[in-house]
Amino acid sequence: MIEQSTVISESLAGKRIAVTGATGFVGTALVERLLRSVPDCELVLLVRDGKRTPASRRTKREILKNDAFDRLREQHGPDFDDAMAARITTVAGDVTRDGLGLNEADAATFASCQVIIHSAAAVSFDSPLDSAVEINLLGPSRIANLCNELGIRPHLVAVSTCYVAGNRRGNAPEALVSDGPFDIGLDWRHEVDASRRLRSDSDAASREPSQLQHFRSNARTELGAAGAPALAARTEQLRQRWVKDQLVDAGRARAASVGWPDAYAFTKALGEQALTDVKGDLPVSIVRPSIIESALAEPKPGWIRGFRMAEPVILSYARGLLREFPGVPEGTIDVIPVDIVVAAIITVAALGPEDAPAITQVASGGINPLKYRALVDNVSGWFTEHPIYDSKGQPIVVPEWRFPGRGRVQKQLTRAKSVLSKSERVLQNLPLRGRQAEWSAQLETKRSDVDRALTYVELYGLYTECEAIYQVDNLMATWDGLDEADQAAFNFDPRSVDWTTYITQIHLPSIVEHARVKTSPGASPAVNRMSRMRKQVLDPRRQVVAFDLENTLIASNVVESYSWLATRRLDTPERIRYVLRTLIEGPGLLKLDRADRTDFLRHFYRRYEGAPVEQIERDAHELLSQLIITKSFPEGIRRVRQHRALGHRTVLITGALSFAVEGLRPLFDEIIASEMSVRPDGTYSGEMATVPPTGEARAQLLADYCDAEGFVLEEAVAYADSTSDLPLFEAVGFPVAVNPETRLAAIARKRGWLVEHWSKANGGPRPRLPIGPLLSERQRRERFVGSGSNQ
Amino acid sequence: MPRPGFVLNVDRSTPPTLFWHGEGFRLEKLPADRSRVIYAPEPLDAVDDIDGAIQDALLNPIEMDPLPTLLFPGMKLTIAFDDVSLPLPKMQRPDLRQRIIEQVLTMAADAGVDDVHIIAALALHRRMHEFELRHALGDRVYDAFEPRGTLYQHDAEDPDNLTLLGSTPEGEEVEINKRAAESDLLVYVNINLVAMDGGWKSTATGLASYRSLRHNHNPTTMEASHSFMDQHKSELHKSNWRMGEIMREHGPTVFQIETTLNTDTFPKPFGYLSKREWEWNAKDRALYLGAAKSLAKTPPRLARKIFQGIEAPHQMTSVQAGEVEAVHKITTENVYDQQLVEVEGQTDILTMGIPYICAYNVHSIMNPILVMCTGLGYFFNMYRGKPLVREGGVVILTHPTPNEFHPVHHPSYIDFFEEVLADTTDPHVMSQKWEKQYAEDDWYRHLYRTTHAYHGVHPFYMWYWGSHGMKHVGKVIIVGGDAPTVRKLGFTPASTMNDAFEIASDVVGRQPTITHLKTPPLMIADVK
Repeated sequence: MIEQSTVISESLAGKRIAVTGATGFVGTALVERLLRSVPDCELVLLVRDGKRTPASRRTKREILKNDAFDRLREQHGPDFDDAMAARITTVAGDVTRDGLGLNEADAATFASCQVIIHSAAAVSFDSPLDSAVEINLLGPSRIANLCNELGIRPHLVAVSTCYVAGNRRGNAPEALVSDGPFDIGLDWRHEVDASRRLRSDSDAASREPSQLQHFRSNARTELGAAGAPALAARTEQLRQRWVKDQLVDAGRARAASVGWPDAYAFTKALGEQALTDVKGDLPVSIVRPSIIESALAEPKPGWIRGFRMAEPVILSYARGLLREFPGVPEGTIDVIPVDIVVAAIITVAALGPEDAPAITQVASGGINPLKYRALVDNVSGWFTEHPIYDSKGQPIVVPEWRFPGRGRVQKQLTRAKSVLSKSERVLQNLPLRGRQAEWSAQLETKRSDVDRALTYVELYGLYTECEAIYQVDNLMATWDGLDEADQAAFNFDPRSVDWTTYITQIHLPSIVEHARVKTSPGASPAVNRMSRMRKQVLDPRRQVVAFDLENTLIASNVVESYSWLATRRLDTPERIRYVLRTLIEGPGLLKLDRADRTDFLRHFYRRYEGAPVEQIERDAHELLSQLIITKSFPEGIRRVRQHRALGHRTVLITGALSFAVEGLRPLFDEIIASEMSVRPDGTYSGEMATVPPTGEARAQLLADYCDAEGFVLEEAVAYADSTSDLPLFEAVGFPVAVNPETRLAAIARKRGWLVEHWSKANGGPRPRLPIGPLLSERQRRERFVGSGSNQ
Repeated sequence: MPRPGFVLNVDRSTPPTLFWHGEGFRLEKLPADRSRVIYAPEPLDAVDDIDGAIQDALLNPIEMDPLPTLLFPGMKLTIAFDDVSLPLPKMQRPDLRQRIIEQVLTMAADAGVDDVHIIAALALHRRMHEFELRHALGDRVYDAFEPRGTLYQHDAEDPDNLTLLGSTPEGEEVEINKRAAESDLLVYVNINLVAMDGGWKSTATGLASYRSLRHNHNPTTMEASHSFMDQHKSELHKSNWRMGEIMREHGPTVFQIETTLNTDTFPKPFGYLSKREWEWNAKDRALYLGAAKSLAKTPPRLARKIFQGIEAPHQMTSVQAGEVEAVHKITTENVYDQQLVEVEGQTDILTMGIPYICAYNVHSIMNPILVMCTGLGYFFNMYRGKPLVREGGVVILTHPTPNEFHPVHHPSYIDFFEEVLADTTDPHVMSQKWEKQYAEDDWYRHLYRTTHAYHGVHPFYMWYWGSHGMKHVGKVIIVGGDAPTVRKLGFTPASTMNDAFEIASDVVGRQPTITHLKTPPLMIADVK
């Protein structure tokens, strides 16, 4: 289809247009629309370099690959890439840096533009104050400054938001806030300084010893004995998050104190002011959309990028998580489809600084209002008809909305959150595994759901309660000035939206599809995901597979094998004494094990001191059938063999002593176990010959093994059961949590790792105590008794 | 005078019939006027002086010189004995093997023989536990030989301790235990529970290697054995005889000692299990009720332990020694004397209660594969002449069939169940597609050789045992079985006997004839 040429497209034809924020929601739609509907313009995209991806790659990956470009891709067919490359120039730049961080060549490219559309923003309502200030407040003026420095006078179209008007009831006109009656005379420069100071103050506060201690202990609670490097990484993460949280709180508090719903609207408002102050004679037009939602028609009905404000709330509601959301039923929710916003921006750009209004609000409230009750009725009606299904394939019934006050909802949620966190903490401290451990993970998911709901209520509650009406006089005047062809090609008339149709036929179907929620009964996506991941793990391309032993392949541990060996040659009274002694020591051992696995092993293996090597080796032979195979997980053993059959190298990495796992040698290609040194008299010394392969040492051992054998860690698989194996899990490409303990279950769930639940053979023997069978008197003659008993 | 076996025609006054149901029982009312129940003959009288009879057999063997004359100083003497799979249930102490071996050892000592090895002839079965060896051989023999390393278990996978004796004209390799092959005299101590055992099967199977066994343990041979209990119509036995020829020509001198047992299977508190229901007295009824009620409340693990603890009072009815075939001919006659029951004609539906035990789950778990093997491999084959059920008829088994396995004894069974049965239940297909990888698997081999695991290929052999039965019948239903497990076996689950008859009506119509084989006690249906 060839787009009809119109006044708008003609006036922009042949021009170079710079766009910031092209990877965002509005930006992507804008770029697509310009490319499709303004055939002759060229685009210069100012894109930030990613952590690993340079700006030009991001353009390809994050913009051109988006489904917004489906129509263009269809039009151009195989020439799509070339056609786009011919019209798009990407320059690496960053609006948080003075001069936008452009190099000389890029600055020259930038200088050659006749129009600059600035749509980059920190749109998240809970951005940290300082980053909102850098992007939203200073961003527009940095662009203006750069233009003035370069001595160019392009038309700057700055995208702002209606909500700069702040918390107010009644009409909000298309004028600068500082020119209105509600201005309280804030100096934006002060705000910038204050926010920067706050960042360094918070950072300093986070480095107080007591704070660091606190982060460290939290990291330990979360990860357990995961080893020093993992703990350090987590501690630092927690510290940074704390600083961020401080700044988020500060932003919200500051915004509220001066009359804005959040840091976003607050910094945007000051940004308009700053731009006005510094622009000099640069021609500037400001476009203020309200809440931007999915497209009405362009590039296709329902198109949306990323989830913003209403979507998570709506989905939480459909999932039954959010039972109440505050709001005034007769209040107006000012929503505007993205394509209307984009068309308005393009029109403003096309009209040029002379003809375009200084400020254009793109909103629906003043002319075609959507009432909160209508929205809620439409949403609940639609989800009643098209329910989402839970993981068991049962439809979720949406709750009835009762329009409660914000305070009540917040209180309910806060209470639920505190109950859930407490139970979660209790569960985490119980020695649970496997399916039981998943309870805690489920609880955690519930808690984070509540957490999220609470955030939504805190963040967005103000918007549903906002009773400001955004005037669109300038917008409508511009609309009336367009001829029919332009109106047809660039529809930005808010009256064209029929809300019921828009919500039920365009918006909801689109977000449900994007959210990938279950819309039909049947196998849960989690099950499908697990079997898909299992297939990946069992792919011939994998190279090395590392297995932990205890609780991964067998339901036993080093204490049990020691007990078995130590009691092998005891008579009944001695056995009873042994069991009692071990029971008394139990809690202490458990504590040590939880704190540090290596210390525990060193401490515990001392007990083998003086054990005759020959006797232990003979008895260890029986250990295989009496303890290891009896307590093994047949599915686990089968998995090892499946890997071998696929040609993978199988490696057992265990803190158990090498003689105790000798019987498993034919199962693996390689066994890395703890080694104990032997004294000249043929007895064990009780001292480790090498560092026991536990915690972070495992990751290193596997890395070394891969290096030596010419394998890559990214193609390695690791099976283990505990958080102490986190370093190993993080090192390999395919981690598999087997019967995870509580904390690991939570982590695996969060990171989307494959989780296996393996159990002992049904009906197999369940020895109550891990002690060797009684021997005849004669065989007990030469015996080794655990240290500390019969001296 | 014990009464012979008996076929009861069920009428309206017949009391419900007792069915075995794993570690439990069911009482089932069979349809009147078209059902019959086959009861085993009552136990024959045991030999009064067992030790005397053994001594007599050793001193007066058949077609061979007396044992003492075969013994001389400096000779290599090997005594092989049947493993834990015989007899069922285990017999009360002293075990016959102990009685016989003690006498053989005494004679050997008298003759100045000091190189004696005692070997458990377990083929591909699991190695016996110490307490099992002590039970079979007695503490005296165990403590004298085991510590010196001269009492041990045959290892069918030990390349250093196997000797290839030759091949039969059919190309079947005969490879047996090296020590046995190189002995001046091999004394084999057998307990003959069913007509299938004994003869050349003792040595050519019990002491053989996997290489040797695969020739007759395959679906083709098994399908062509009609039945295992009728040696002259059994391909399995023909193969063993051919191998016996090689043994005779190239192997050691074999002095075969075979014994037969009566069917006195259950000790006092379980006496009603061997009785005919209408002859139950008040005490039997009370005992049955008590047992049934308490079993219903007993955890399965404990119930299994109680049943596995049963020691049978069965006693020796005959002992004969000497040349293998001559001895076995008499043994088989003696087994038939005890176990044959004449039955007139075949039936549409054959029902069988599967008990808690078979040859492969002593002190272990009757897993689903063994349920199938006991039903279609063993009980189905307890016939001479024609199978009890007509071709295309229905077999109904009763057993809880839980998805339970013993991890130490049956590791390859677990994988067989999960992997092979998920793919196919056809014996021929699985033998082509899967058998080799299980048979030659290093891990299974390791477990078989060093722990107490059945050989990796053993679940296949169990499945092959049932191939004649599976081919012959049109449908197999398991009453009371765990539904997913039963389906995985390729059978149909039914919750009650009436449901099973309903399901069977698709195959055999609404008025089928029904025959219940009330075993154990063991019997062979002589179908005319």
